[in-house]
Amino acid sequence: MQTTTTLPAPVSPWKRFLKQWGMTLGIVLSVVVIIIWQYSLNENITEAVLASTIRQSTPLVLGALCGLLGERSAVINIGIEGQMLLGAFIGFLVNVWTGNLLLAVFAAIITGAIMGLLLAYMSVTLKMDQIIGGTVINILALGLTGYFYQVGLTTNGKLQPIPLGPLADIPIVGPALFNNPPITYATFVLVILVHYILFYTKWGLRTRAVGEHPRAADTLGINVFKVRYVNVIIGGAIAGLAGAFLTLEAVGSFERNMTNGRGFVALAVMIFGKFTPLGAWGAALLFGFASAMQTQLQFAGINVPHQFIGILPYVLTIVVLAGFVGRTHVPAADGVPYEKE
Amino acid sequence: MDDQQTSEEGSQSFKAWLSALWRVMAIPLAAVLLALVIGAVLLAISGANPFRAYAALIEGSFGNIKAFGRTLAKATPLIFSGLAVAFAFKAGLFNIGAQGQLLFGALVSAVAGFMIKGLPPFLHATLALLAGATAGALFAAIPGVLKAYTGAHEVITTIMLNYVAINITDYIADGPLKDTSGGNVIARTPAILDSAKIPSIGEIPLGFFLAVLASVLVWWLLWRTTLGFEIRTVGLSPHAAKYAGMKVAFTVTLTMVISGFLAGMGGGIETLGIVGRYQPGFNAGLGFDGITIALLGKTHPFGIIPAAILIGAMKAGASTMQFNAGVAKEITDVIQALMLFFVTADMIVRKILRTKAESGEKITLSGWGQQ
Repeated sequence: MQTTTTLPAPVSPWKRFLKQWGMTLGIVLSVVVIIIWQYSLNENITEAVLASTIRQSTPLVLGALCGLLGERSAVINIGIEGQMLLGAFIGFLVNVWTGNLLLAVFAAIITGAIMGLLLAYMSVTLKMDQIIGGTVINILALGLTGYFYQVGLTTNGKLQPIPLGPLADIPIVGPALFNNPPITYATFVLVILVHYILFYTKWGLRTRAVGEHPRAADTLGINVFKVRYVNVIIGGAIAGLAGAFLTLEAVGSFERNMTNGRGFVALAVMIFGKFTPLGAWGAALLFGFASAMQTQLQFAGINVPHQFIGILPYVLTIVVLAGFVGRTHVPAADGVPYEKE
Repeated sequence: MDDQQTSEEGSQSFKAWLSALWRVMAIPLAAVLLALVIGAVLLAISGANPFRAYAALIEGSFGNIKAFGRTLAKATPLIFSGLAVAFAFKAGLFNIGAQGQLLFGALVSAVAGFMIKGLPPFLHATLALLAGATAGALFAAIPGVLKAYTGAHEVITTIMLNYVAINITDYIADGPLKDTSGGNVIARTPAILDSAKIPSIGEIPLGFFLAVLASVLVWWLLWRTTLGFEIRTVGLSPHAAKYAGMKVAFTVTLTMVISGFLAGMGGGIETLGIVGRYQPGFNAGLGFDGITIALLGKTHPFGIIPAAILIGAMKAGASTMQFNAGVAKEITDVIQALMLFFVTADMIVRKILRTKAESGEKITLSGWGQQ
């Protein structure tokens, strides 16, 4: 609350920059050093780990983008998991029926968007508790996919990597960044696009206004309900794309509850990334790196029960939440349904 | 609920009580009916006969005393997980981690059931049950402390801890405490001793009565004690509770601990009364069903009993339905999800029933930043 008249003492911009980004810079620098050191020891494993980091992080970034579009307009989305799962399932089914991968991706996106619409209807129109609304979506998705799922189906092919010419041959980063299947590329683009829209366009400004102070936004003639609906539906579509990534790009088949908590990890990624797309990307890469190391440790035959390695991403999520939630600015109106006067 | 009015005129107050009961029950009943209708449509779409399916479902759950006993047995852990979720709701907390707490309860009860030897039957079972409940309580203390002192939202931490619980219990049942008798290769603990078993009275499992007793105790704790008052105050308004001098952080932690105690006891009763050992996968989903049950039962301890019996009946009858009507039993999950949807999206149901929302019955949970 800035109600007092005294202004805070001026802080040098360099100090402010360090305070805001110092930790991020530190992490990035140490990761770069570790990567180069590892690369000098064994280039194949390093490249495998980096590629795996990108793969593991893709559904998390997409999930976090879904989450933060909602949160920036003050709708908490706990249903990312369910939106992803149903998107993955419908995308998978459409591919099995038609044999068309593009159509399947499209179907997954539409499914996610419809689930987004359902969440928006529950939280904006019905003014239900948003956390319960999201849980309804999760349980509904789990039940529907469980009932209609048939064992043994596989997709007709998977989305294949497209090397981007000479870029893919750059050592260390080339294979990880420039030799990916389409949804991964789309993720790179989406991160930057959503960041641009959120912070450099009129729509983004309106979204953030609705998230911070819906009454003021309403007074200025912004349609609070519309802004929330559109953001949550687009978020759902992105979660659907994350689902498509799982079935059509990563695995090539569907399994019960195959999202495995990724929708919730994505929420932690979103908070860790301070509710910004670029921040979420960094956080997702960190989580992806943890998962990639997990696979490497298992390959290396280190004598730790696989269950203990398996809990690493979940424990990391809890630690991140406990350490960062109190220190990030959460959109002020987050989770509060808007009542028009 | 103000069901504590002194009766001046018998029939008059009975009528008022009946209409109050109807107001409370109308939404859940309508939600169940709507879910069943949509379930029937889904069944018809997938080429099954919904009437035969539902008939088989009822036959398998209430058709005879044996089926009824099975229903009550299935309902028993569900009452506990429903109570666990509902209890946390009262303090504005959403304990999605009932599943993980229940797993630890089931495992620790099993361990106490086969490791401790030479105790008389009643004492051994009681001790094993309390051990399981305590394990659940301790595991729930983690998200409680994190929520109260760091603000980490319990929805995410409890879900993450569910995965932690699945992994650790799997490891224990497949590693250090694996059943090695008779060349067993399945991941499971040894069977519990006879002295640790919770018996059945005829076809009715004794655990069911314990569950009903637990509901009464939870009701008493919430509405007849100072602690219950504090918990409900924190749930309605943490700020008001703080300014009234209540220790909000402590109350939040304690609520999670009690909630975990209830969930752990549910797992313990399942182990000691039904399964007879800990085996991964045998308790899957019981904690998650607690969410549906708590909301169907309007988060009231006495509403949870019929809600748990309903879901228990669907579980008990599912295999009969699969056998007699050739319907995949996962349809019960879909129907359950639809029930949850309609009971929480009560505005839709109210439009159909043309009733107005009552004040003070809406659940509010905290968002990210708040404590």
